[in-house]
Amino acid sequence: MAGKVVVLTSGKGGVGKTTSAAAIAAGLALRGHRTVVIDFDVGLRNLDLIMGCERRVVFDFINVINGDAKLNQALIRDKRIDNLYVFPTSQTRDKDALKRDGVARVIDELKQNFDYIICDSPAGIEHGALTALYFADSAIIVTNPEVSSVRDSDRIIGLLASKSRRAERNEKPVAEHLLLTRYSAERVARGEMLTVEDVKEILSIPLLGIIPESETVLRASNTGTPVILDTESPAGRAYDDAVARLLGETRELRFLLPQRRNIFRAIFGRA
Amino acid sequence: MRILDFLLGRRRAAAPTAGIAKERLQIVLSHERASRDAPSFLPALQRDLLAVIGKYVAIKEEFLRVNFARRSDNSVLEINVTFDPTAMRPPPPAGEVRTASPQPAARFAPPRRKSAGKKR
Repeated sequence: MAGKVVVLTSGKGGVGKTTSAAAIAAGLALRGHRTVVIDFDVGLRNLDLIMGCERRVVFDFINVINGDAKLNQALIRDKRIDNLYVFPTSQTRDKDALKRDGVARVIDELKQNFDYIICDSPAGIEHGALTALYFADSAIIVTNPEVSSVRDSDRIIGLLASKSRRAERNEKPVAEHLLLTRYSAERVARGEMLTVEDVKEILSIPLLGIIPESETVLRASNTGTPVILDTESPAGRAYDDAVARLLGETRELRFLLPQRRNIFRAIFGRA
Repeated sequence: MRILDFLLGRRRAAAPTAGIAKERLQIVLSHERASRDAPSFLPALQRDLLAVIGKYVAIKEEFLRVNFARRSDNSVLEINVTFDPTAMRPPPPAGEVRTASPQPAARFAPPRRKSAGKKR
């Protein structure tokens, strides 16, 4: 068994990489795939909080790279979902501690034991982000419908084509997927926000999903629950669609039209 | 006010700006992609071109543009030189030019053209 390495990357910070990594990893595990989600943001550990396992971190990625701990000592098994493991990063070191040959060894070992290795990249295009994308078989480019995010995504797409291991070895290029997050159908309808078609046209990579702006995302992060577990939430359902498409299913796009306004909400001024 | 807006089916007016965003992105990204795909010899080529053209015409560095575009089936190297027609130098000594390339010497020889010079 050789697992597939999927990086979530964006260039820009705050667009929803960690939220998306947690949701997609959980979604893959819910469908029975052995999945591990790795935090590459050395020094700014947050995946543990989003996954709700921050109090169970003993050893981390850097400990394993340096040989101070074994892989199975550092992996945290999710208590809610079978087949799901969290691999936390170090909070005290800096990103230079990600030595490429050390990371390669760890990824190879994970590939023997998992179907999917989800890499949550740090923001930026420095060492940490380049290491996160280097080993990728496919990449999910997390983008907000906003100029700076789209520009940074374009930059990252360029780096995937030139700086990934697949590019260096002249192998089949990294498969790219666009995940458009914080999408507001209402604002798009008013002409205030780039449409999904605009972003697709500009970046020209296939669309994996659209995640609507939703207050349930904050609720999920408050409680340390991957938002995909909230099956009532539009964002949770949109992530479920994205996971299905990642696995090759065809799903209609949802949440593209403004929701009908509720008369009471309209009167009492709560959008 | 919200009640009134709702009853009259009004929306608070906001100028649509998404179109501006799209246009600005397309322009800035087309420039950035061009320089990203550029081969690494481009700056050296630009320096050499500047030296060669400078033998015939007084040009400034910013008036020499070397662009590289990769397309699906071919690549285009575009060299754009803008100069002031009054700044043409006298042709270099005949012998020197002839050994290099006789053609340009003939083309650059007087009479001087007074029209604006833009070459591609």
